[in-house]
Amino acid sequence: MSRLDVEEERDDLSRAENKLLQGRSVRLLGSLVRPLGRTVALTAVVILVSTVAQVAGPGLIALGIDNGLPAVLEGDWWPLGLTVAAYIATGILGAVLVAWYTILTAKLSQTMLIDLRKRVFLHTQRLSLEFHENYTSGRIISRQTSDLESIKELLANGLNQLVQGGLYMVFIAIALLVVDWVSGLILLLSLVPLAILTRWFQVSSQRMFRRTRVASARMIVHFVETMTGIRAVQAFRKERRNEREFGALVEDNRDANAKVIQLFGTYEPVLILIGNVTLGVVLLVGGFRVADGSLPVGALLAALLYTRNFFAPAEEMAMFYNSYQSAAAALEKISGVLEELPSVPDPVKPVELSEAKGAVSFDDVTFAYTPERVILPSFTLDIPAGQTLALVGTTGAGKSTLAKLIARFYDPSDGAVTLDGVDLRELSPADLRRAIVMVTQEAYLFSGTIADNIALGRPGADLAEIQDAAKAVGAHDFICALPDGYGTDVNKRGGRVSAGQRQLVSFARAFLADPAVLILDEATASLDIPSERAVQRGLQTLLADRTAVIIAHRLSTVEIADRVLVMEHGRIVEDGAPAELIAGDGRFSRMHAAWRQSLV
Amino acid sequence: MAPTKRLSTARAILRILPYVRPALPRITLGAVAALVGAVVALLIPQVLRSLVDGPLGEGDLSGLWWAVGAVLALGALEAGMIWLRRWFVLVPGTHVEADMRNALYARLQDLPVAFHDRWPSGQLLSRMSTDLSLIRRWLSFGIVLLVVNVVTVAIGFVFLLNLSWQLGVLFIICSIPLWIYTFVFENKYSRVARLSQDQAGDLATSVEESVHGIRVLKAFGRGHHALESFTKQAEELRTTEIEKARAIAGIWLWLLLVPDVTFALSLLGGVLLAANGALTVGGLVAFFATAAVLRWPVESIGFLLSMTFDTRTAVDRFFEVMDETNPIVDPEHPSEASRGEGRLVFENAHFRYQDAHAGSRDIVDGVDLELLPGETMALVGLTGCGKTTLTALTTRLYDLTEGRILLDGVDIRELTREQLRERIAMGFEEAILFSSTVRDNVLLGRPDASESELAEALEIAQADFVHALPEGLDTTVGEEGMSLSGGQRQRLALARAVAAKPSVLVLDDPLSALDVDTEAAVEAGLRRVLSSTTALIVAHRPSTVQLADRVALMRDGRIVDVGTHSELLARSEHYRFVISSLEVES
Repeated sequence: MSRLDVEEERDDLSRAENKLLQGRSVRLLGSLVRPLGRTVALTAVVILVSTVAQVAGPGLIALGIDNGLPAVLEGDWWPLGLTVAAYIATGILGAVLVAWYTILTAKLSQTMLIDLRKRVFLHTQRLSLEFHENYTSGRIISRQTSDLESIKELLANGLNQLVQGGLYMVFIAIALLVVDWVSGLILLLSLVPLAILTRWFQVSSQRMFRRTRVASARMIVHFVETMTGIRAVQAFRKERRNEREFGALVEDNRDANAKVIQLFGTYEPVLILIGNVTLGVVLLVGGFRVADGSLPVGALLAALLYTRNFFAPAEEMAMFYNSYQSAAAALEKISGVLEELPSVPDPVKPVELSEAKGAVSFDDVTFAYTPERVILPSFTLDIPAGQTLALVGTTGAGKSTLAKLIARFYDPSDGAVTLDGVDLRELSPADLRRAIVMVTQEAYLFSGTIADNIALGRPGADLAEIQDAAKAVGAHDFICALPDGYGTDVNKRGGRVSAGQRQLVSFARAFLADPAVLILDEATASLDIPSERAVQRGLQTLLADRTAVIIAHRLSTVEIADRVLVMEHGRIVEDGAPAELIAGDGRFSRMHAAWRQSLV
Repeated sequence: MAPTKRLSTARAILRILPYVRPALPRITLGAVAALVGAVVALLIPQVLRSLVDGPLGEGDLSGLWWAVGAVLALGALEAGMIWLRRWFVLVPGTHVEADMRNALYARLQDLPVAFHDRWPSGQLLSRMSTDLSLIRRWLSFGIVLLVVNVVTVAIGFVFLLNLSWQLGVLFIICSIPLWIYTFVFENKYSRVARLSQDQAGDLATSVEESVHGIRVLKAFGRGHHALESFTKQAEELRTTEIEKARAIAGIWLWLLLVPDVTFALSLLGGVLLAANGALTVGGLVAFFATAAVLRWPVESIGFLLSMTFDTRTAVDRFFEVMDETNPIVDPEHPSEASRGEGRLVFENAHFRYQDAHAGSRDIVDGVDLELLPGETMALVGLTGCGKTTLTALTTRLYDLTEGRILLDGVDIRELTREQLRERIAMGFEEAILFSSTVRDNVLLGRPDASESELAEALEIAQADFVHALPEGLDTTVGEEGMSLSGGQRQRLALARAVAAKPSVLVLDDPLSALDVDTEAAVEAGLRRVLSSTTALIVAHRPSTVQLADRVALMRDGRIVDVGTHSELLARSEHYRFVISSLEVES
C-alpha cells in the first residue's frame, strides 16, 4: 500500500518518484500503441503529407506576388495560373487529408481506449478483495470513469493536434529557411525563450494536474458513498452535513482546477508575446533588406505569415498540452492500479483439476493481516469430500476468514489450503471457481433481469435450468409473482426485491453453478422461517454429494451438518458430530440449548 | 428547420443562466478583452500596408523603425489582452461548475429513495463529474472564443472590404457554404453527442456494479463474464465516438477547404487587381496578412461548435435531474405540534410504485394499525409481503399513495422531514456505515449527544468491540476505514438508531446477522429501551418477536391479524407457518 499512498495523497514528488511514475505511464502508453503499429504508421503518413500541403500556402502566395505579378504585367499568365492551381490543389489535398486523419485518429484512439478500459476492468476484477477494501470502491470507480475520461479527451482531440501542431511548426521552420534563411534563423532563435517558458509551465503544472486528479477522486468517492447509502442519509438527516463535506471537496477540486487555469493564463500570453516580438524582429530585418532590394516584398510577406502561423499552433498546442498533462496525471493513477500485483495471483503453470472431488485441507495454516494482527493462528483441518461442515461461534471469531481462505479470496500467510491435495494457489481461476463457490451474506443483484442474475452461476444456462435452480431453493414462487416473472428487471417496474428474496436469488445462482465445494457464509440470515425451511430441504438434496461449509447463526442450518466446528478468537475449540456435541456440556451444547429456547 | 433548432440549442444552454448570472460581468469583460485583442491583431496588417506602400517603397528607414515599434506595441497589447481575458474568465468557469455541482448534489440528496431506485448510479455520477466539467470548459473559453471569433471574422471582413471591396465580397460569398454547413453539422452532431454521453453513463453504471458486486463476481469466477458485457457496452460507445469523429471530420473538411480555395481565388484576383493598379502591393500584402489572422478564428469554429453541442447535451442531462419533481416535500405550514409521546397510527395506508403494472395489487394494500405510546409492535410476514416498505413509509422515504399515517395525531406529511426523521429513527436491515469515525456513525441522528449517551447506545447494541479497535471510538470505519463484519456493522447501525433517542423506533430485522449469544444480549439491552419507546420491529424469528408487546401479521400488503405472540400462535395458522414450526399451510 505504501506506493499507493504516495500517489494518492501527495503532489510534491521527488525527482526519482517522478521518474518512476513517468516511466510507468510511458510503458503503459507504449503497450497500448504497439499492437496498432500499422494504423499508427498510416496515420503518421497522412498527417505528415497533410501538414506539408498546409504549409505550402504562404510560400505560394509569395511566388504569386513576386513572380506572378511581374509576369502578368508582361502579359504572361502562366506563372500566376500555375501558382493558383497549385494553391487549390494543396488546399484540397490538405483538407481531405485532415478529414481523413481525423477519422483515422478517432478509430485509433478509440481502439486504444477500449483496450485500456478492458485492461483496467479485468485487472481490478483480478485484484484481491484486500486491495478492493483498502483502495475503496469509489476510488476504483473514479479511476475507471473520470481518469479514463481525461485520457479519452487527450486521445480523441489532443494527441493528433499535438502531433500535427508539432509537425506544422517543424515544416514551417523548414519552409521559412527555404524562402528566406535569415528570417528562418530568427524564428529558430525564438525557440530558446519558447523552450524555457514551456519547461517552466510543464514543471509547475504537473503538480497541479496531479492535485486535480486527487481532488476529483475524493469528490467521486464521497458522491458514490452518499448515493449508495441514500436511505440512511435521509433517515438520519445527514443531508446538511453532507453538503458541507461535499462542498469542501468541491471547493478543493475547484481551487485545484483554478490553479491550473491560472498557470495557463500566464503561459499563453507570454507565448503570444514571444511570437509577436519575433514577428517584429522579422519585419525589422526583412524591412531593411526589402528597402535595399535584397529581398522581394512577397518573400517578406511569406516570412511574416509563416512567423505568425508558427505561433498559432503553439497556442493550440499549449491548449492540448493541457489535456496531455491532465491525461498524464490520470495515466499515472491508472498505471498504478494496473501494476498493482494481485496479492492472490493466478498460477503461472496451473495444475489441472478437471473433476474435483471436494476434499479440502488446511495444512498448518496461519492468517494475519499484519504480523501484529493475527486472525487465525496456525491450525490444521481436514474436510473430507462430501462432508457438510458447520462453523459456529461468535461474530469476529474468524469463521468468515476461514471460509474466505477456502474460496481463495485471501491466501494464507503461512501453510497451504488444498483441494483434493492440490494447493489452491496452483489451480487455474477457471478450475478453482468451477469447483468452489461461495455465497455471502450480501446478496448483490446486478442490473438486468432475475433470470440474468441467476444465470450468473452458469452463463449459458437455459430458462428451464434457471427455473429448476429457483425451484430447488424455493425461489420460484416469489419470482413468478413479480411483475414480469423471470424477466423482471430488478431496477424497474416494481421489481424491487426484498433482502430475503435477494438471498434466495443468490442461492439459486449457487445451485445452478453446481460446484464440488459450496460455502455458505450467513447466506440465510435474512430469510423468513418458511423460506429457510425450503432452503434447508433444497440443501439436503443439494449437499448430498458435495462438500459444504456452512456458517450460520441460526442453528437450524447446523442440523443438516455432519460435523460442527466451534470457533473462538480464531481457534477451533470444539469439533465433532452435532449430536455428540449437543450431548456434551461444551460451548455448542449451551448455544444449542439457548437457540432451542429462542424458537418458542 | 435549422434556425428553430439553433434557437433551441441556445435556449437549452441558457437554462444555466441562474448559475452563470453572478459571473456574467466577468465573462462579458473577458469577451471584451478577447475582442480588443482580436482587433489589435487585425491592425498589424494595416501597419504592414502603410509600411510596404510608404517607407519601404521610398527606402525611408526611419519609417521602418516606427512600423516595427507599432507592431511590437500592438503585439504586446494583444498578449496583454489575452492575459486579461484569461484572468477574467478564471472565476466564472471554476465557480459556476462548483455551484452547479453543489446544487446537483443537494438535489440528489433531496430526491426520494424511489428516484434513486429508478436511476442507475453511474448516470448520476457521469452527470456530476463529466457533464459539469464540460460546462466548465465551455464557460471558461468555449463561449467566449465562439462569440469573439465570429465577431472577429465579421470585423475582419470589414477590413478586407476596406482593403479591396472586390476581394472582400469574394471572401464573404465564399464563406456562405460554411455557414450553411454549420447547420448540417449541428443536426449530425447533436444526436451522437447525446448518445455518447448516455452510453458513457451506462458504462459508468457497469463499472460501479462490477466494483460493488466484486464479491459475487469473485465467488463465481465471473470476472470474464462481466468483462464481456462491459466490452459490448464499451464497443457501442466506440461506435458512437467514431460517428462523432466522422461528423467532426466533415466540418473540418469544409473549414479547411473553403478558406484555401478562397485564398487561391483571391491570389488570382489580387494579382490581377494589382496588375491593373486597382490595388497597391502594400494593400495586397495587408490583405493576405489580414486573411491569415482570420484563419484560426474560422478553423476553430468547428471544435467550438462541437464543444457547444456537447455542452448543450450536458446541460440537458443536468436539468433532467434538477427538473425531477420531488413529491416528498416539506409542508408550507409545518405543524407546530411539539414532540409527543409516540403514538403511531396507520390509516388505510397504501403504496405502489409509480411504474408498477396496471392491475397489480399495491405493495402496501390498505394497512390499518395503531401503535400505542411506549408499545413495541412486531411486524411479521413472509419475505416480500411489504414489511420493509411499510417501515420506509413511516419516515417518508417513500410517500403513501393513499391513506395517511399519524404521529401523535398529526399527519406525518404536515411535519417537515427534518422534524419527522428526528422523531422516528430507523435501523435498516443492511447496515449502512459512512466513511467516518465510529462516533460520527453512531451519533449520526443526534450529533450533540453526550459521551454517556453514546456509551449507553453502544452498550445496548452490544457494540463494545469498538473499544478494541485501533483508535477506539475515533477509528474510521466504512468504506474508507476499517472493514467490520456483518454482525459488527449491524450492531453499530442499531446503536445509531438507539442513540437518536426518537419517539418511535423503526427497526427492520435488526438482529439478522447476530449470533445466538450476542442476539440474546442485544435483546436484553433493547428491552430497556423499548419499555419507554414506541417501536415497530420487523421480525423473522420468534426470539425477536419476544421483544414485542403485540404482533401484527402481514400478508400480501395487508395486516391480517394483531395480537400477542401466544394469541396469534393459538388462532392463526398463517402465523404458525410464518414464525413457527408449521411446515405446510392447509
